[in-house]
Amino acid sequence: MTRTKLVTISAGFILVACMCASILLLNRVDQLRPQATLEEVLYLPSPKVLRRMSLGYDGLLADIYWTRAVQYFGGHHAVGAMHFQLLAPLLNIATQLDPHLVVAYDFGANFLSPPPPNGAGQPQEAVRLTNFGIENNPNEWLLYYNLGFIYYMELKNYAGAADAFSRGSQIPGAHPFMRILAAQMAEHAGEIETARMLWTATYQNSKDKNIRANAAAHLRALRVDDDVAHLETLVDEFRERTGRIPSSFAELQIPGLNGGTPVDPLGNPYKLTPYGHIEVQHPDDFPFIVNGAPPGYIPPKVPKFLPSD
Amino acid sequence: MSARIAYIASNTFREAVRDRVLYNLIAFALLMSGAAILVGQVSFGIERLVVVNLGLSAVSLFGIVIAIFIGIGLVSKEIEKRTLYTVLSRPVQRWEFIVGKFFGLAGTLAVNTFLMAIGVFAALLYVSRQFHGTDGWIAVALYFSILQFLMMTALALFFSSFASPLMAAVFAFALFVIGNFSEDLRGFAAMTHGLQRWLATGAAYLLPNFSALNIITSVAHEQPVSSSLIFYNTIYALVYTAMVMAAGVLIFQRRNLK
Repeated sequence: MTRTKLVTISAGFILVACMCASILLLNRVDQLRPQATLEEVLYLPSPKVLRRMSLGYDGLLADIYWTRAVQYFGGHHAVGAMHFQLLAPLLNIATQLDPHLVVAYDFGANFLSPPPPNGAGQPQEAVRLTNFGIENNPNEWLLYYNLGFIYYMELKNYAGAADAFSRGSQIPGAHPFMRILAAQMAEHAGEIETARMLWTATYQNSKDKNIRANAAAHLRALRVDDDVAHLETLVDEFRERTGRIPSSFAELQIPGLNGGTPVDPLGNPYKLTPYGHIEVQHPDDFPFIVNGAPPGYIPPKVPKFLPSD
Repeated sequence: MSARIAYIASNTFREAVRDRVLYNLIAFALLMSGAAILVGQVSFGIERLVVVNLGLSAVSLFGIVIAIFIGIGLVSKEIEKRTLYTVLSRPVQRWEFIVGKFFGLAGTLAVNTFLMAIGVFAALLYVSRQFHGTDGWIAVALYFSILQFLMMTALALFFSSFASPLMAAVFAFALFVIGNFSEDLRGFAAMTHGLQRWLATGAAYLLPNFSALNIITSVAHEQPVSSSLIFYNTIYALVYTAMVMAAGVLIFQRRNLK
């Protein structure tokens, strides 16, 4: 073997060995410092400084920051995190860098507003983000819809919701339900039917599978809440009439069931407890229910969505 | 254009190709195909935006880097290799040499940009499945990038006509950075008074305005570009390039090459 060949083989071997070793070592370092890369390196607080540093390539930087926001939220949401401190700043930077990045307002508000673990539990930040989006994109009716949605669902500010839906309904090309929602807010704020209408609109207007799954889960939960309230009213009426709790659903003579057992939206029969309460068989399947969960039930950290959604 | 300028330009183009300048297309192709395939998996709803933003930003950055680093060596390399003396001993004027070098590098950048543009549109077709009418504005953004390259090439040549390659690269890059803040500079100038105001305003107008030529974010959002902006940007870039080239020729004419 010539000297040159020997050097080539040795150098090649050292190169491959060192490359493998450095990958393994980096992997070990990452395990020792979980999430350090994202939290320490990517978070620069000033959008103005970032805009200056981007040298005119602010659109690309906005895309990068939006992707980091998605990754940050997704990563934390997947492990059932209860704190999302960097989400609002990341969204703020992305939208300040590119004020026309409508997708960041649309999805960002959905990430920010719901209470943990479904979201960051920061509805005021979501309102601020959406208002900034409306300021820069006044013709995007979906942003008004999102604003109304946050006001209604998270802040219970029905006047604010009515105003947002009303302003959105005046945008050319806005979906006709915006006008209905505005009227509904004024007359029937706080009713389940209005909430159902909002989630149905979200389901129909979103192309993202996660948002649709979330909307579908909320719609199922609303139906369960409705069913449980209705069935418990029947139980109360039966108790008043007979002085005892019914032993089965058959005794309730529920119209349309011919003595059968009522079922939840997934086809599983409801349970009638000895105390006259109505419960679902699998509460994990209905992560957003208010009525129908067994006493002391603790929902899983990450809500369960169905593949069919 | 005289035959001598055309000859120097074609030689410069050939030399750039021989120097493997077009190898940057491989990096660009990898970047675009990677972005087109991966972005849908790591982000939400910005597949098209990323392809346009990343594609146009990469075209612009690759072009600026080539314009600076090849541009600064166009004159100094010829002096170093002593080939400049051979060229100038023939019936070739110094200004023809500079202008020929400029057109050679500008041609290289135009070809490079054209090939990258094919990549951008191919990636766009991949993520959008079809072209839309508004995609035509991407071609305008690419055209503005070429105008930027012309200005940057002229500046690199200007600096290389009197400074060392390292200093020329530093000056050219500094002007690229400053040129992206030119609107701010005019804003700062407006805040001063008296003589300072005149001097600051003059300096702000003398520096290149690259920010007006950067419309990447707006075309990514399918916003139209006015025909008057296209017209005035074209005239501005050509006038500025001619101005810088004239300054470069003036210096190079008087430079002692012994």
